[in-house]
Amino acid sequence: MAEAAVTTRLKKLINTPETEVKDAMAGMAAAHADLIRVEYDPNVIIRKDAPRKGKVGLVSGGGSGHEPMHGGYVGLGMLDAACPGAVFTSPTPDQMARATAAVDGVAGVLHVVKNYTGDIMNFEMAAELARGEGAKVNAVITNDDVAVQDSLYTAGRRGVGVTVLLEKIVGGAAEAGADLEAVTTLAKKVNANGRSMGMALTSCIVPVAGKVTFEIADDEMELGIGIHGEPGRERTKLKSADEIAEILTSTIVKDLPYKRGDEVLAFVNGMGGTPLIELYVIFNAVNRYLTGEGIKITRSLVGNYITSLEMAGCSVTLLKLDGETTKFWDAPVHTPALRWKV
Amino acid sequence: MAVTSAQIYGWLERYAGIVAEQKQYLTGLDAAIGDGDHGINMDRGFQTVLVKLAPVRDKDVGTLLKTTGMALVGSVGGAGGPLYGTFFLRAGAALDGKTEVSDRDLVGALEAGLKGVVERGKANPNDKTMVDALTPAVEQAKQALANGAPLEQALTAAADAAEKGMKATIPLKALKGRASYLGDRSIGHQDPGATSSYLMLRALSDSLATLPQRATTTTTTT
Repeated sequence: MAEAAVTTRLKKLINTPETEVKDAMAGMAAAHADLIRVEYDPNVIIRKDAPRKGKVGLVSGGGSGHEPMHGGYVGLGMLDAACPGAVFTSPTPDQMARATAAVDGVAGVLHVVKNYTGDIMNFEMAAELARGEGAKVNAVITNDDVAVQDSLYTAGRRGVGVTVLLEKIVGGAAEAGADLEAVTTLAKKVNANGRSMGMALTSCIVPVAGKVTFEIADDEMELGIGIHGEPGRERTKLKSADEIAEILTSTIVKDLPYKRGDEVLAFVNGMGGTPLIELYVIFNAVNRYLTGEGIKITRSLVGNYITSLEMAGCSVTLLKLDGETTKFWDAPVHTPALRWKV
Repeated sequence: MAVTSAQIYGWLERYAGIVAEQKQYLTGLDAAIGDGDHGINMDRGFQTVLVKLAPVRDKDVGTLLKTTGMALVGSVGGAGGPLYGTFFLRAGAALDGKTEVSDRDLVGALEAGLKGVVERGKANPNDKTMVDALTPAVEQAKQALANGAPLEQALTAAADAAEKGMKATIPLKALKGRASYLGDRSIGHQDPGATSSYLMLRALSDSLATLPQRATTTTTTT
């Protein structure tokens, strides 16, 4: 096949597709030298003061293009290291093995893995390598995307928005000195109590591919989109923000299900190409819907936290909170992308 | 007859060339039901393989295959990295230290590679994955050898079976990998992993059929 598909220059702020990830890593290192350090080949973003003796290390990673996830969450009270893969491609085991070694303060390391076939296999190979070196490694898999149906007969539900909340909450617990088993148990609890669903208005362009991931008409939207532009549940005509928010939220609420009297963290996330004003329009509708259902929003997060390059659209994540998860959500955090109480 | 390190290197080099040539095709297949990067990732992987093989190309077959596996694991990412990486690591382990490989050993190495892929990816036949190309290929190659066919014929039979298995993925609904999220929408598309696996086996068959330096040490016994 001819290579002629990419003839026009990409209208993106990049130098070359091949150098994008490393250029961005170098930018992060320069911008946040007080919080992180980076290593190349294998590519790893590491908390500046890692390893911290006696603290469980938290390592995550995934394809690039979802910024600020995961590198933006490295720092106090959240991740100890992140492994950025190529855009939308799982990182490789040598990256996770290096990250694990770099943050292991002898208390063990938890891998936070989003449920994608590639991520799971690469993290499994990395855990085998790290255990071979004597490290204690546990893994938690996030799979909160309710858009994936028949999940018993597929690769299962995708890990999306809950991953961000889990990294914050579990990071808070690890910072407070919880041991590996406690941290792992808490991580599983967060995943079990969280659900998400997303939608897209436009596609994104993976730089190396050079063209849109999927075609979508001006008057259409994709419901149940994944964070790599994977098609979702259905393609429909565009609806109002209120209607979209209600579809996403009601699907999530019925799935867990969330019940009258539940206290939740409501997270409205932008896919990268949607302005904040629109995310607040969505949050308003999510709040109204949940209030009507008797579900109380006690914590919230609104912004671009798990993105899909320049895709326009949003996702809604709900996490049922209890005393423990609320406490660690509120705990101090200081990372490039999330900071409070520090 | 025995297969040499040079022939195995020739196979890997030929496959790297085919992957580079078919990069857009594989990526296009993946864009239809996955995330549209299979050709790009495989090409990056096999370009790395060529670099890593250069200093060891005269070593034993096991070293060549294991070096290939490690290069893929460290450079491909996605699901393809661990799966193809595991395929070559296991095949290489089966041929450790051998500079000449018997027909049976070579097919046995392919079978070991397939077993590794199944263990790593936990895919069953008809899940619409690379297993659907590799499984019938290994079966046909083994059967051909058991029937007394020469290796060239066995490998041609393997490539033909892989091609058939690849085409048979078109009507299947994906049950593993990213394509599985599509449910019924994955029906009607050929699986990109099965396609790259078919191309790999065709490259093996073609390179052993055309390379001149085939060792002939075991041809005369009387």
